[in-house]
Amino acid sequence: MFDPIWKLLLGLFTGIIFGILLQKGRVAKFRVIVSQFLFRDWTVVKIMGTAVVVGAMGIYALLPAGLVSLHIKPLVWLGVIAGGVLFGVGMALFGYCPGTSVAACGEGRRDAMVGVGGMLLGAAVYVWFYPQIQSVITMWGSAGKLTLPEWTDVSPWLWITGLTLVAIVAVLWSNRRRMPSLGTDPLAGQQHPT
Amino acid sequence: MSNPLSRKSWSPYLVGIAIGILSWFAFWSANHPLGITTAFEHTAALIFQAVYPPIVETNSYFDAESPKIGWEWMVVLGVFLGSLLSTLSSGDVERIKVPQMWKDRFGSSVALRFTVAALSGGVMMFGARLAQGCTSGHGISGNLQLAASSWLFSVTFFGAAVVTAFLCYGRTRHV
Repeated sequence: MFDPIWKLLLGLFTGIIFGILLQKGRVAKFRVIVSQFLFRDWTVVKIMGTAVVVGAMGIYALLPAGLVSLHIKPLVWLGVIAGGVLFGVGMALFGYCPGTSVAACGEGRRDAMVGVGGMLLGAAVYVWFYPQIQSVITMWGSAGKLTLPEWTDVSPWLWITGLTLVAIVAVLWSNRRRMPSLGTDPLAGQQHPT
Repeated sequence: MSNPLSRKSWSPYLVGIAIGILSWFAFWSANHPLGITTAFEHTAALIFQAVYPPIVETNSYFDAESPKIGWEWMVVLGVFLGSLLSTLSSGDVERIKVPQMWKDRFGSSVALRFTVAALSGGVMMFGARLAQGCTSGHGISGNLQLAASSWLFSVTFFGAAVVTAFLCYGRTRHV
């Protein structure tokens, strides 16, 4: 029922860093999340996009040395699509995602605390109806633990290079009128309140 | 320079780079991708197991999964503590029941906001478990591994959230 203590402490440490980053990134705020979906605030995309590009470089660089292994979720078509739709609708109404709602509790946001209770209920419904759910979501079949490089039969580095170029173009584009401020103070985020 | 923790916010690019590096650390040190929702699923399963033990015999969930208090559970606890630490050191405390943007659109009823928060949080989590991941597990950890399932999930959830947000808030222009 419990992982060994070193692994629990490792998880706690990783989570604390993650929580600090989510709070300082301002994504534990209702307005920042909902404004992203209205295309008025690009904080969520900036953070996730940068994390994905930087993360991909490191993981695929460490992979040949055997220092990490991949953990790919299977592409169960109906599960991923139906899950994605429910997740998106829920997240837009809630105004937080699972990780940022927990971080929002740390900010003292009462609606996030209520929502985290709802999340536990949602997980309970999933566990209770697991046998029935499995037979439904596998109806359209599964493509298995497929990666984009496998699917397109190219090197992962082609994908990573492409994503990096897209990210660089997006950053230059979004900063085209604010170039002087780019990179001068990496700790200065946007200051407007929520 | 003052303590960076006392700042209310950091550059989103800096935060993104740090989360990317944190994911290297998670894969390397714990052989785990960063994720949040598995811990909720395991907690719900452990509660069922405690209050209604026969479920372990009758529900195939317990054949497929062994719920536990593990690394992922501690990550969630850590996210709360880390955010609390960051909030307290910067004074960015938001003890609010109804966010301003919601109030402008749907009024200041606490009961309405709490009801929608509980229901939408539940729907969001149910969706995450159907897809086996969330904005962390698929959106960051899965996408950075170039998993096809994660990219499909990300496009789908973002599209659904944009449609929902425009239906709910598209008419408000004062933001």
